[in-house]
Amino acid sequence: MNALIGKDDRVEIRKTIKLYIGGAFPRSESGRTYEVNSAKGDFLANVAQGSRKDARDAVLAARSAFTKWSSATAYNRGQVLYRIAEVMEGRREQFIAEVQQTSGSTTKQATKHVDAAIDRWVWYAGWADKLSQVIGTSNPVAGSFFNFSIPEPTGVVVAIAPHDSALLGLSSVIAPIIVSGNSCVVIASQNQPIPAITLAEVMATSDVPGGVVNILTGDAAEIAPWLASHADVNALDLTGITDQQLAQQLEQDAAGTVKFVRGPRTDADWMATPTLSRIRAFTEIKTVWHPMGV
Amino acid sequence: MKFEYAAAPESRAVVNIASNYGLFINGEFVEPHSGAFFKTVNPATEEVLSEVAEAGQADVDAAVKAARRAYDKTWSRMSGKDRGKYLFRIARLIQERSRELAVLESIDNGKPIRESRDVDLPLVAAHFFYYAGWADKLEFAGLGDNPQPLGVAAQVIPWNFPLLMLAWKIAPALACGNTVVLKPAETTPLTALAFADICQQADLPPGVVNIITGAGETGRMLVEHPDVNKVAFTGRTEVGKAIQRAVAGTGKALTLELGGKAANIVFDDAPFDEAIEGVVNGIFFNQGHVCCAGSRLLIQESVADQFIEALKSRLGTLRLGDPLDKNTDIGAINSYQQLAKIEELSKSGEDEGAERWSAQCDMPDKGWWFPPTLFTGVTQAHRIAREEIFGPVLSVLTFRTPDEAIEKANNTPFGLSAGIWTEKGSRILHMANSLRAGVIWANTFNRFDPTSPFGGYKESGFGREGGVHGLAAYLKVEDPS
Repeated sequence: MNALIGKDDRVEIRKTIKLYIGGAFPRSESGRTYEVNSAKGDFLANVAQGSRKDARDAVLAARSAFTKWSSATAYNRGQVLYRIAEVMEGRREQFIAEVQQTSGSTTKQATKHVDAAIDRWVWYAGWADKLSQVIGTSNPVAGSFFNFSIPEPTGVVVAIAPHDSALLGLSSVIAPIIVSGNSCVVIASQNQPIPAITLAEVMATSDVPGGVVNILTGDAAEIAPWLASHADVNALDLTGITDQQLAQQLEQDAAGTVKFVRGPRTDADWMATPTLSRIRAFTEIKTVWHPMGV
Repeated sequence: MKFEYAAAPESRAVVNIASNYGLFINGEFVEPHSGAFFKTVNPATEEVLSEVAEAGQADVDAAVKAARRAYDKTWSRMSGKDRGKYLFRIARLIQERSRELAVLESIDNGKPIRESRDVDLPLVAAHFFYYAGWADKLEFAGLGDNPQPLGVAAQVIPWNFPLLMLAWKIAPALACGNTVVLKPAETTPLTALAFADICQQADLPPGVVNIITGAGETGRMLVEHPDVNKVAFTGRTEVGKAIQRAVAGTGKALTLELGGKAANIVFDDAPFDEAIEGVVNGIFFNQGHVCCAGSRLLIQESVADQFIEALKSRLGTLRLGDPLDKNTDIGAINSYQQLAKIEELSKSGEDEGAERWSAQCDMPDKGWWFPPTLFTGVTQAHRIAREEIFGPVLSVLTFRTPDEAIEKANNTPFGLSAGIWTEKGSRILHMANSLRAGVIWANTFNRFDPTSPFGGYKESGFGREGGVHGLAAYLKVEDPS
């Protein structure tokens, strides 16, 4: 019996778990997969094991998507994020089952986790058209200028999702990156990648333009260094890196093109209401001096 | 027609330069443990001005220790209101001594007195005044109810605006409750040491500000010191990358303000004479020793010939010479090494096929000088269009459509600043929206204000200095995730 969903005697159609790049679901270019088991040890799937080439394809897709996504209106981006929550809601039972199986939590815990994840998207959706008003300023300079500062997306952001919070942590990492107009490449939890790929299916059916979110499965230690040193990546979110040496190595790699790095976070309380710190981390402040005169 | 000017030198009598300086640690000047000193030179005359201590590891340790003690015992415990009062005092002392500091800056740096007097010093005082007012209002900065200081800040600054960069670093750090160890550039230590005297006059508690002099090695020891919580650096991109590597994995907070290769975009409807002045100011202000300098002129093709001709004619009237002469427009190149770099890159421009033009001006016999220079026929592949020259050298490129201008302007690893010249307000905002740079000037250039955040995209660094955004670089915020 399929450990994932099956409850009756029917022989189910099992799903092939693939990567999510540029709005499509390719297998790893390397042809590799790795076995993912439930918390109890039952076989769940052979998941695509992302490679360097997959990582580079994902960056390319993210870069291509950036211009359009970053120039969408804030209202539009907010609606797209909200749409993600709507579509997740329809798959709520599936997410709960997957989170429960992959993390070994109780149904109650998994329900809480999934509900918080869906609500997190709603929370961030609302920020899309408020961000500039809260983080932006008009600055009273000495001179005949209207001087203002506004947040803008930094570009392509690479994130390593937390390994122990397969949907809520993942959502809490992706949402603040894309809400301001960034596109992203995310490496999902290595041992619990299935909810991430289900989230990718949500993305694919939620008006999120292809390439805005790209999800890789596999070994972060293998893939992340290629992304950290990639010249077309603008910033790094190392939230899910637990190996200090790897974190240091990635930060060093990032220095090659002066990427901003948000460091590892091992003690996160994902249930708590976030601050704006993640949104701020991946925005640039642009200041414009506009002349005044008759 | 040639105008003759009578020399109008600013008096040097207002400054008093000691024959040697120790390190400013824990509120007093001390002899360096290293026993080493280096000379600081007037770049306009090659005259040795003073000998300055070169801090070694023991000195860096002592400075960080003093800063830590002051942080733990005094500064982090003091109310924001009282911290603010000290910063207001410092702002006033700078205003009172601004003529002296301006002259000293021009002597040590080589910049024209007109700039140090009318731009640098007023901005220095204003910056302290601005952040002084923040010290007791940090909970209003949008960073949570109870933002906390980071601890000891290691700050390394460049030689192009020595005292202004000091102000940009020290004022927000202190306002937020941090203590600092600051290293000025090795070619321009004197105004930072004068600032140490101002800290004494202000009765600033010992150890809150420590100033250690030295070269790159001293800077490396400072940013790598394990008891530092924050590193702030302004300078060359290569050094910034090395610092980011060194800081990796330590958990130290980091802000970097690095190089630039700004496009100054002139449309055919630009106010012509203003644009000429703005382009001149954009690249020849401070001898082009400006990270945000408008070093790439993008001129719309339809007016290019006319504009370049007018530009050359204007450059021919710039006066190069004695930085202390109030008539001087272009001062000395800050160091022999910098002059060699400017010459090398200019030569590459010629070698790669661009056409060089330099203003004919009399060069003083002594000191380091470079005439205002522009290159036409520059392509985006040329080194002079890609690399930061940090000197009075302008690369001229042309464009036909706004989209082409945007494409060319953004075609750089840097993203610090950009300029737009047009009479059309909607075009300004459209262009500003499309340019990937941290500061966009429209119908002006190289204008600064303490309320206006400054800092770059891409390889120009991260973090902002100035304005409410500048506080984030020196505060710790509670964050559940």
